[in-house]
Amino acid sequence: MSKRLERPDAQGRFGEFGGRFAPETLMPALAETERAFDEAWADPVFVDEFHRILREFVGRPTPLHAAPRLSEALGVNVLLKREDLAHTGAHKINNAIGQGLLAKRMGKTKVIAETGAGQHGVATATAAAYLGLECKVYMGAVDIERQALNVLRMEILGTEVVPVTSGAGTLKDAVSEAMRAWVTTVEDSHYIIGSVVGPHPFPYMVREFQKIIGDEILEQLNGNLPDVAVACVGGGSNAMGMFFPLAESGIELVGVEAAGEGILTGRHGASITAGTPGVLHGTRTLMLQDADGQVQEAHSISAGLDYPGVGPEHAYFATTGLARYVAVDDESALEGVELLARTEGIIPALESAHAVIWVKQAAAELAGKTVLINVSGRGDKDVEQIGRFREERR
Amino acid sequence: MGRTAIRDMFARTKAEGRAAFLPFMTAGLPTPAESLSLFQAMADAGADGFEVGIPYTDPLMDGPVIQRGSDTAIRAGATLDVSVSILKSVAAATSKPTIAMTYVNPIFRRGVDRFCAELAGAGADALIVPDLPVDESQSLRIAAERHGLGVVLFVAPTSDAGRIEAVAAADPVFIYAVAEMGVTGERTDSGSHVEAIAERVRKVTDAPIVFGVGISNPEQAAAAGRVADGVIVGSALVRRALEADSADAACQSLATAVSAIAEALRT
Repeated sequence: MSKRLERPDAQGRFGEFGGRFAPETLMPALAETERAFDEAWADPVFVDEFHRILREFVGRPTPLHAAPRLSEALGVNVLLKREDLAHTGAHKINNAIGQGLLAKRMGKTKVIAETGAGQHGVATATAAAYLGLECKVYMGAVDIERQALNVLRMEILGTEVVPVTSGAGTLKDAVSEAMRAWVTTVEDSHYIIGSVVGPHPFPYMVREFQKIIGDEILEQLNGNLPDVAVACVGGGSNAMGMFFPLAESGIELVGVEAAGEGILTGRHGASITAGTPGVLHGTRTLMLQDADGQVQEAHSISAGLDYPGVGPEHAYFATTGLARYVAVDDESALEGVELLARTEGIIPALESAHAVIWVKQAAAELAGKTVLINVSGRGDKDVEQIGRFREERR
Repeated sequence: MGRTAIRDMFARTKAEGRAAFLPFMTAGLPTPAESLSLFQAMADAGADGFEVGIPYTDPLMDGPVIQRGSDTAIRAGATLDVSVSILKSVAAATSKPTIAMTYVNPIFRRGVDRFCAELAGAGADALIVPDLPVDESQSLRIAAERHGLGVVLFVAPTSDAGRIEAVAAADPVFIYAVAEMGVTGERTDSGSHVEAIAERVRKVTDAPIVFGVGISNPEQAAAAGRVADGVIVGSALVRRALEADSADAACQSLATAVSAIAEALRT
C-alpha cells in the first residue's frame, strides 16, 4: 500500500506529479510564498488565529450527521459532512481565510483569485472584506452568466469581478488570466488560488488549509469509521481536505469527477478517469489534452467541476491506489440534487450532488456499508440553472 | 547550426556595434500556407533571426495579442507538425538563426527527446520555453544538447542573484531578460528596468542578454539595445499580422515595422 506524503519533495513533487512549471517572473514569488507558508504553519500564533476565525466567523466545526431517510432509500448507511453550512456556503472559505491571513503576514495589501462556480470568488471576497484586503476576482464570461447570483455577492462584498473572455470563458481560462494578472502585480498582491492545483506550493498549502475537513471528521466519528468516504473532484480541494487525514485509515476513498454529457462524448471534466499526464497551470498532473498537447475544453453542468485538470496530489492518489476515482454525468448530478433535497432537506451544490448520486449508482456494491459524503457546498447558487434544466426537460 | 549559429549572429551584430533584432511571430499566421511569406518579409526588412512561436492553447506568459495569434493559428490548422514544418521552411528560406518558442506541455506530450530531435531536424537552432524555469529544465537541456539545440533561459526583474547564478550555470545559449513585470504585450511606459537588469546579469555571466516583453516600438527597442546583445519584439508584430486583411498587407505592414526597429538599433 502506498503512503500519503506529508509534504511534496523539495521540487514540489507528489511522486511523478506536481512541480513548479511557472514563468521565471513568478518563481521568486512562489519561493517567497512557500517560505512564508512554512513559517506561518509552524507558528502557533498563526495557526491559532486561523482556527479562531474558522470557529467564530466561519462556524466550524461543521456538523457531521446521519442521513436516515437517504440511507433507507438507498439501502446504504449514509453520513453527511456539512461543508455547505460553513459561512458563504462551501468549504472554499477555509482556504480563503488561510491564504488571506498569509497574504497579510507577507505584507501584501491586495489579493486576486479565480473562480468557476463563484464559491471560491465569494469566499475570497469575504475573507478580503473580513481581513481588510483589496480583492479582484477573475471569472469566465460564461460562468458569470450561469452564476449571476455569486457575481452579485462578490460585488456587494466590495470585490471587482473581472470577466475573462479568452478560450471557452470558463474556469481554466479564469485560472490562466489570474496567473497572468499575478505576474504583473506580484509585488503587492497574493494570488489566492482556489483549489489544490497550480505550481508548488499551492497544491500543498491549499490541502493543508482544507484538511480541517478530514481532521474534524476523525474527531466527530470518534473511532467509528465509515467504510467509504466520497467527495466530488474538480480541482479537488474538498476531496483532498477530506481524503488526506483519512488516507491510511482503512476507509476506501472515492473521488467523483464530472462525466458531463458522457465520457464517450468527449464533453466532460473527468481528468483522472479519461485524462493523460501533462502540465496544466504550472503543475504536472492528469489532464484533458489532444495528441499535440493542446489543452481541451472541459464540460460540466457544474461550473466548479468544469476544469480540464486536477490537483497533482489526486493524480498521485489515483496512480498509487490511495483513492479510487469515478465519474457521473450531468443528468445524474441533477438527480442527486433532488435526491438529497427530498430525502434530507438539503439542496446541495451541483458539484456536491455528483458525490451524492454516485452513492445511489453504486448502492448495490455499497449495500449495508457506511458511506460518508462530503456535502462540499450548498445549492442556492445553482437554483436558477437547475430551474432552466427542468424547464428544458418538460 | 545550433548554438554556433546563434553565437555567430551575436558576434556579427556586436562587430557592427549594435544589438541583434529577433522578431517573434506565431507560426501559421495568417494561414499555414502563407506563414513563410511573413517571415521572409521580416528577413528582407532587417531581422537578424527569428523567434518562431509554436501555438499553444494556454500561453501563460502571453498577453491578449499573442493569445489571439495562437488561437487563430491553431484554428487555421497549425498543428505541432505543421508548425515545425513552417519553422523548417523559415530556416531554409532565410538562412537566419531560428529559435522555436512553445510551452512545456506540447514538448512533454511529444516526448522531450523526440521533440528536440524533430526541431533540430527542421533546422531550429534553439528553444525557448517560458513556463520551464531553470529548476525544471534539466531533462530538456540534456535532450537539447544531444540534438545540438541551444536552450534559452529567463531572468526577470524579480530574479535575485542566486537565481541569476542558477540560470548562468545552466549554460543558456542566451538569457531572455524580461524587461517588464507581466505578460507579453505593448506598453507605452516600458523600459525602466532594462539597465538595472542588464547590470545584474553581467555581474554574474557573460552569456548574451536579449530583452523581450513590453518592447514594441523603435524607441523602446533602441533603449534595450543599448544595454543588451539582442531585442525581441512580439505582440506589436503579431498584432499587425492579425489586423491585416491579407497576407500581402501583413507582409507590408511587418516590413515597415521591422525596418523601423532595425534602423533604430543601428543608430
